[in-house]
Amino acid sequence: MSEALALVPKAEAKQSMKDFKSDQEVRWCPGCGDYAVLAAVQSFMPELELARENVVFVSGIGCSSRFPYYMNTYGMHSIHGRAPAIATGLAASRRDLSVWVVTGDGDALSIGGNHLIHALRRNVNLKILLFNNRIYGLTKGQYSPTSEVGKITKSTPMGSLDAPFNPVSLALGAEATFVARTIDSDRKHLQGVLRAAAAHPGTALVEIYQNCNIFNDGAFDALKERDTAQDALIHLEHGQPIRFGAPAPDGLGSKGVVRNAATGDLEVLDLAAEGADASRVLVHDAHAASPTTAFALSRLADADTLHRTPIGVLRDVIRPVYDTDMAEQLDQAVVQQGQGDLAKLLAGNDTWTVAG
Amino acid sequence: MTSQVSSPTTPEDPSSVAGVLGEQRKPAKETRRLDRVIIRFAGDSGDGMQLTGDRFTSETASFGNDLSTLPNFPAEIRAPAGTLPGVSSFQLHFADHDILTPGDAPNVLVAMNPAALKANLGDLPRGAEIIVNTDEFTKRAMQKVGYSANPLEDGSLEAYAVHPVPLTTLTLEALKDSGLARKDAERAKNMFALGLLSWMYHRPTDGTETFLRKKFAKKPEIAEANVAAYRAGWNFGETTEDFAVSYEVQPATSAFPAGTYRNISGNLALAYGLITAGQQTGLPLFLGSYPITPASDILHELSRHKNFGVRTFQAEDEIAAIGAALGAAFGGSLAVTTTSGPGVALKSETIGLAVSLELPLLVVDIQRGGPSTGLPTKTEQADLLQAMYGRNGEAPVPIVAPATPAECFTAALEAARIATVYRTPVFLLSDGYLANGSEPWRIPELDELPDLPVHFATVPNHTADDGSEAFWPYLRDPETLARPWAVPGTPGLEHRIGGIEKQDGTGNISYDPANHDFMVRTRQAKIDGIEVPDVVVDDPEGQARTLVLGWGSTYGPITAAVRRIRREGGHVAQAHLRHLNPFPKNLGEVLRGYDRVLVPEMNLGQLAHLLRAKYLVDARSYTQVTGLPFKAEQLAQAIVKESADV
Repeated sequence: MSEALALVPKAEAKQSMKDFKSDQEVRWCPGCGDYAVLAAVQSFMPELELARENVVFVSGIGCSSRFPYYMNTYGMHSIHGRAPAIATGLAASRRDLSVWVVTGDGDALSIGGNHLIHALRRNVNLKILLFNNRIYGLTKGQYSPTSEVGKITKSTPMGSLDAPFNPVSLALGAEATFVARTIDSDRKHLQGVLRAAAAHPGTALVEIYQNCNIFNDGAFDALKERDTAQDALIHLEHGQPIRFGAPAPDGLGSKGVVRNAATGDLEVLDLAAEGADASRVLVHDAHAASPTTAFALSRLADADTLHRTPIGVLRDVIRPVYDTDMAEQLDQAVVQQGQGDLAKLLAGNDTWTVAG
Repeated sequence: MTSQVSSPTTPEDPSSVAGVLGEQRKPAKETRRLDRVIIRFAGDSGDGMQLTGDRFTSETASFGNDLSTLPNFPAEIRAPAGTLPGVSSFQLHFADHDILTPGDAPNVLVAMNPAALKANLGDLPRGAEIIVNTDEFTKRAMQKVGYSANPLEDGSLEAYAVHPVPLTTLTLEALKDSGLARKDAERAKNMFALGLLSWMYHRPTDGTETFLRKKFAKKPEIAEANVAAYRAGWNFGETTEDFAVSYEVQPATSAFPAGTYRNISGNLALAYGLITAGQQTGLPLFLGSYPITPASDILHELSRHKNFGVRTFQAEDEIAAIGAALGAAFGGSLAVTTTSGPGVALKSETIGLAVSLELPLLVVDIQRGGPSTGLPTKTEQADLLQAMYGRNGEAPVPIVAPATPAECFTAALEAARIATVYRTPVFLLSDGYLANGSEPWRIPELDELPDLPVHFATVPNHTADDGSEAFWPYLRDPETLARPWAVPGTPGLEHRIGGIEKQDGTGNISYDPANHDFMVRTRQAKIDGIEVPDVVVDDPEGQARTLVLGWGSTYGPITAAVRRIRREGGHVAQAHLRHLNPFPKNLGEVLRGYDRVLVPEMNLGQLAHLLRAKYLVDARSYTQVTGLPFKAEQLAQAIVKESADV
């Protein structure tokens, strides 16, 4: 088991998906993408072999934030946007816990944007699952900070005006050490990303594209439908060339991501074109020290149509973990100052005595 | 224990000024005995007045006087030099008997420049002594603060005993062989002033010399320069004819119960109280905080004591600070957030969540002048209603308030007791005056400290009809109405809690109307039922018809005012609240026992408002919102006036 979970006690017996289901009735709308994510997480958790009582799910407010109620672990459904802050205090003070944050695009990127970026830069041992449906669901359909420009909603009858965040770009800019993206309907991919996130020491951000079939149905269809998906999705795998599109004779995609030598930016090369040099295609390096290429990859996607959306682990690097270092400072303090002595502390250095 | 008389210093160099100082430790001039003195050091923000005041306070504390201090400084780190807004001052009241306030009017003003003189002159009674640094009274400096003529020469200070001293010149002269640049040497002039005052009042000197050598350990030449300036100031008092008399203020031995004492400020006492609460509860202390005046000192102090297992987390904002603390509370820490009024405003939603989650959490509000940014470095007690009501929904939170700087220690322990026993957030309302002011504190023996045992839930607490065991997170203790605290890591007690209304017992989400009504009333009943000590009334003759009731830092001025009235034969009763929610059970009866209830507050009558609403008594307000504490004399007059028609 990775360093990330080294201090978390192991389950005594083999667990199944059932062990992670709480007795609460799930109350999302029928057809909501959240069901798929919940099932994927519940069936993935036994794989970690962690003592269930040492797993905590913390959420904010929004549809996805009801998630903790459905997990038979410890959990807190907190207030809008604040889950990363609350989870930071919990993880920093209890290194024997596996702490997960469940949040949405409004919760994490709008009202809670500050806490998200600071959790990422701090690198606390947290796994953040960001359900991005590009809409406000629980408040019945206003545009969100990931909605495309011009989005017609109840609050924007003439179209929304503000440019959206790309959560992966944002996380990379916020010094995140682990950033990944996946899709609600692809359980195998989703669980693969969860596996990598769980193994990562520090904060992991997993963006999950999640369909809201009531207020923003089909937002990710381009990534899900067979005829469009192969051109729209760029599957990233560490150590593999970044290729997508209809298969070329070698079995890999007929398009490749290459670096423009003049600008340094990334672009897509049609490998079927005459004279195209397949050796120019970048090999994905999730562990690259610099986030530059990961960032450039995140910018390939068209914000409107989501064409050329990279999914998978964009970045997975090792940096000191906040809670580990915090615990080390406590140990160091004992070495330097000795175990705290209350009587000595209260007395200080300048005292005088009044005789009775 | 510190000796009360300094030993001769630097015997290796008897010819130096130090040698002279050592031999003549007892001033040779006429000595007069005083029972109390009020000194105010005033200068530019960069003149080191706070340090000077602190040092004089330490000397005074180690001498065994009772004392009370009032630091007063601008919010700007370096306000424009030589201006009135840039004046920083430190007032110290010390006595051979028990005193309660930093004093109304200084007997001695040390004015380091014209601005300091002008800004403070109005507070001086006739006959007060003024020590001025004449070197700073240049035409330009005087013009800057609106003096058209030199006040030292135009007769405008006739009512005072003025000691013109060229402090800068004398300091430079004393340090001419130090090798320091003029600018560096000049900066030691506050130590010259301290030395002079230390001579005037027979303060022990070794503590300051040790302090200076430690403070400037990495720059020994600066340390020695400061020590030399300090000694030169002492010797100047001893030799110059302008200072004919020095004063003795005997130790206040009879004012204090037996014990070991130290000087302590409110914020330091509060930090120590929190560490002690962690030890007494057996819980790791977790502080989530965002820097804010005047609360930051607590964050600084706690961050120095990681060897007690204290975790301090400087968050990205006030909301994250309390959020992290609440997360730590869920995990079983003794969780604290420290802030001031603007921070409380930002934390309100999370305090409401803590009310709903019913987790222990200490919210420490060091009140300052408001609204909005207000007066960051000045004191006020106008956050009472914010603490009481400043949340959405019915969200009662207990409130404790220390009365003196030293009492901040016990207030922290009391807040921790209420939080852990009743599983609730608790407000601790201190203020800028308590935070920065200091007084002697009898250091408690460890066995005098209260035990604050905490028991986490470890086993299921509910048996279903089918015999299966379950954990119900909202099944309450019938006496305290507290719910069980089951921390993650406890097998079998996995549960989910949140801000949505919960079903009584199970804690599951519930929108049931009757359940919500029940839960709202139960949360209120839990807070209303908190056991707090009765309020004690001080009415020695039993003849008073007026009760003066205060809370928080007004304790000192109110008590001093009441003593004045009694000395002159008046009768007035006094009581002071340390618990503002819930109020002590006997409070209604106490209030109804007097014809007049007067409530002095540094706000526009917030406690009076609560008393009138709850007890239907005609509580009258006497208020002041100057950013400064009440003066005892002014308060005494107000009490007499308000009682006249009773």
